[in-house]
Amino acid sequence: MSVVEVKALSYSYSASEVQVLKAVNLRIEKGSFVTLTGPSGCGKTTLCRCINGLIPHFYGGKIEGEIVISGMRVQDHEISELAKHVGFVFQNPENQLFALSVEKDIAFGLENLALSRKEIQRRVKWAMEVTGVEDLKEKAPYELSGGQQQRVAIACVLAMKPKVMILDEPTSFLDPMAATRLFQVISKLNKRLNLTIILVEHRLDLLCQYTDRVVVMDEGEIRLDGTPRDVFSSEEAKLLGIGIPKVVRLHKELKKTGIDIGRPPTSTEDFNQSLREFLTR
Amino acid sequence: MSVFEGLRFKRVSSHIHRLDPRTKFVLSSVIFGLAVMFTELIPLLLLFFFQIPLVSLAGVKKEWVRSLKGGLLLALMIFVTNFVVGSISAGWSLTGDVLTYSTAMALRFLVITASFSIFFLTTSPDDLGLALEQAHLPYEFCFAFTTAVRFVPVLAYEAQTIIDAQKARGLELEKGNFLKRIKNYIPILIPLIVGAIRRSMEMAEAMESRAFGAEKKRTNLFILEMRPVDHLVLSFSLIALAFGVFIRLFVPMTILKFPQLRF
Amino acid sequence: MIRATDIHFSYPSGVEALQGVSIEIRDGEFVALMGENGAGKTTLVKHFNGLLKPTRGDVFVDDRNTKELSVAELSRKVGLVFQNPDHQLFCESVENEIAFSLRNFGFDEATVSKRVKWALNFLDLVRYRKTSPFMLSGGERKRVVLASVLAWDPKIVILDEPTIGQDYHQKEKLLHFIRQLNAQGKTVIIVTHDVEFVVDCNPRVVLISRGRIVGDSTAKEVLTDRVVVEKASLVLPQITRLFYQLRGLGLPRNVMDVDEAERLLASLVRRSGA
Repeated sequence: MSVVEVKALSYSYSASEVQVLKAVNLRIEKGSFVTLTGPSGCGKTTLCRCINGLIPHFYGGKIEGEIVISGMRVQDHEISELAKHVGFVFQNPENQLFALSVEKDIAFGLENLALSRKEIQRRVKWAMEVTGVEDLKEKAPYELSGGQQQRVAIACVLAMKPKVMILDEPTSFLDPMAATRLFQVISKLNKRLNLTIILVEHRLDLLCQYTDRVVVMDEGEIRLDGTPRDVFSSEEAKLLGIGIPKVVRLHKELKKTGIDIGRPPTSTEDFNQSLREFLTR
Repeated sequence: MSVFEGLRFKRVSSHIHRLDPRTKFVLSSVIFGLAVMFTELIPLLLLFFFQIPLVSLAGVKKEWVRSLKGGLLLALMIFVTNFVVGSISAGWSLTGDVLTYSTAMALRFLVITASFSIFFLTTSPDDLGLALEQAHLPYEFCFAFTTAVRFVPVLAYEAQTIIDAQKARGLELEKGNFLKRIKNYIPILIPLIVGAIRRSMEMAEAMESRAFGAEKKRTNLFILEMRPVDHLVLSFSLIALAFGVFIRLFVPMTILKFPQLRF
Repeated sequence: MIRATDIHFSYPSGVEALQGVSIEIRDGEFVALMGENGAGKTTLVKHFNGLLKPTRGDVFVDDRNTKELSVAELSRKVGLVFQNPDHQLFCESVENEIAFSLRNFGFDEATVSKRVKWALNFLDLVRYRKTSPFMLSGGERKRVVLASVLAWDPKIVILDEPTIGQDYHQKEKLLHFIRQLNAQGKTVIIVTHDVEFVVDCNPRVVLISRGRIVGDSTAKEVLTDRVVVEKASLVLPQITRLFYQLRGLGLPRNVMDVDEAERLLASLVRRSGA
């Protein structure tokens, strides 16, 4: 059974008639790292909100179709119930950290779930270790850099031990190095804990090598869905206007002039290897 | 805003910091109570100097002094008001009594400011919120309190950014008559308020996503526990209060004043 | 022209944001000020319109010391577009938002309405003339702020982190727009950490790290220099990273452009007879 199943999902926000999602179908298997991308306004964030229950419980609006998370129908469960299965890391790190110390923030969700003190202590310690923020445990949010804040936000969600973690453009405010480090942490969670990741991003060049599936949306529909190699090298991707990594573009340009060095690359290392193999064959 | 600097929590590992916030609150309240009970200089001076070793122990000397400096202006006003009114009712003459009394009133204000300054300097808002929770105040209220404190520096920073951004569009805050100057703050207030509303929405989303309100009774990672030293300080405070009441009621006041001055 | 001579700046909190920065930006130049978050880029550009005055050293805009001028006076020439449009929008309609700045600078009503019309057209906002800016999407709100700054026709335009949260199409439009401004003779300065975007723009690049300038040259020279880029805590452009990994094949390392890379690799392949 897939951990996320979306069937014929259509949605419009309460204030408008416009359909932001149009009969979307999507299945996500446990342990996959899905990148959700597409031009602004295509419905990526809206889709994510449907998965963790913010839609329909927080946003209202008109929803049709089915969303099932780990066998639970989203419309039938409160957000607080779904929060045990789906975690959500938001774009702006500042507004998802509430307490005056990192430890207390990570404990927040667990306190809400009324877990025992011992369990909370255990999970907080574990979440800090996995995300590498133990030495920040007594710091207040304003003492942390943007990258550190996002790592703490991930720890806050991770402590609740969800099966799926959604991250909505978490690197928007980070510089490229901090963004890369964050993707490495996310990838570690995916591989080591078999945590299903749904990452909404525009900066595809930095995460090309970590993700195993790319879903491209446009105007409320899913237009492309496949491995990074297939999606990035397709003609449609170019037309939809997503930030295709430059190594992939280079590979395509060479192919156009008749030089095909092998399968489309997902990283510079990949391209390097393919080129060298091509030259020595 | 130097007086506010004196109220902001400073993270230090000191014995005072480690005391339970409830203990510290009782201590500050007792000092407040004692200060209100006496109008004589000697007890007020004692109360003031008693706080100095506490401040040293807590490692917050610089900030404490700053809060006193901030309160100095008000203390001066209290002194002047009492002195003028007192001199008038003494028949426009300069008497030692009025001088002593006015000084005592100003000193009383400083003593109270000082004691609550110590409280706020050594108590983290998180601990305060926890104390409120353990006092059985509804959780929503305690949460609102700690998040408000947490976001004060953020909002202050945002306000400055908005001011800069509007100045960069030619807005001149210092120019114009009184009415124009008030109008000039609209381009600052509206983005600030809209920003605050947006921020609350985002926070609400994040809170919901972390199961806020899932269970009626929350548990807590940290709990405040009164340790022996807390009980000691509490007992000491209450004894001091009782002692003060005793002195107030049974000891003649002439012992506690400076010698009478006559001009 | 903007000239800063060995400026130092410390915030009241004690943080030394700029430690001896000297820079000269001539009229009509296109410059990208780059560095990691907290390097001092925004602090530096705030000196160009007088929001900040150096604690040591001087900044001259068209040979006038900024210490002698108010922010309003300097902003007339130096338009700074802040990163978050929501920090500036407050009017009931887009046209009033644009008119706000113009009225601040003392333009008469006839000129105001002429310039508002021009700005609405230039930024493709005519249909939103009477709309409340709060009803618009994020990208549209950014355009409104841009319109309100360009309306007063500053000769120097500074864009602070214009690419954050923008999708591919929006970045393309932004690039095209910047080139247009530059072609009109305006000095354009962008503050950014988006390496790939700067590669596409190909401006002069000034690299700042921890309050000091560590690189100042063409985009190609600065961004393909691994030592300097790492010092500034940025990443190399993806194509450059590739060419660093392709060592031993007789290829140059200072490549950042896809087309140039394609030409070099194609000729390499043909030479090796594969």
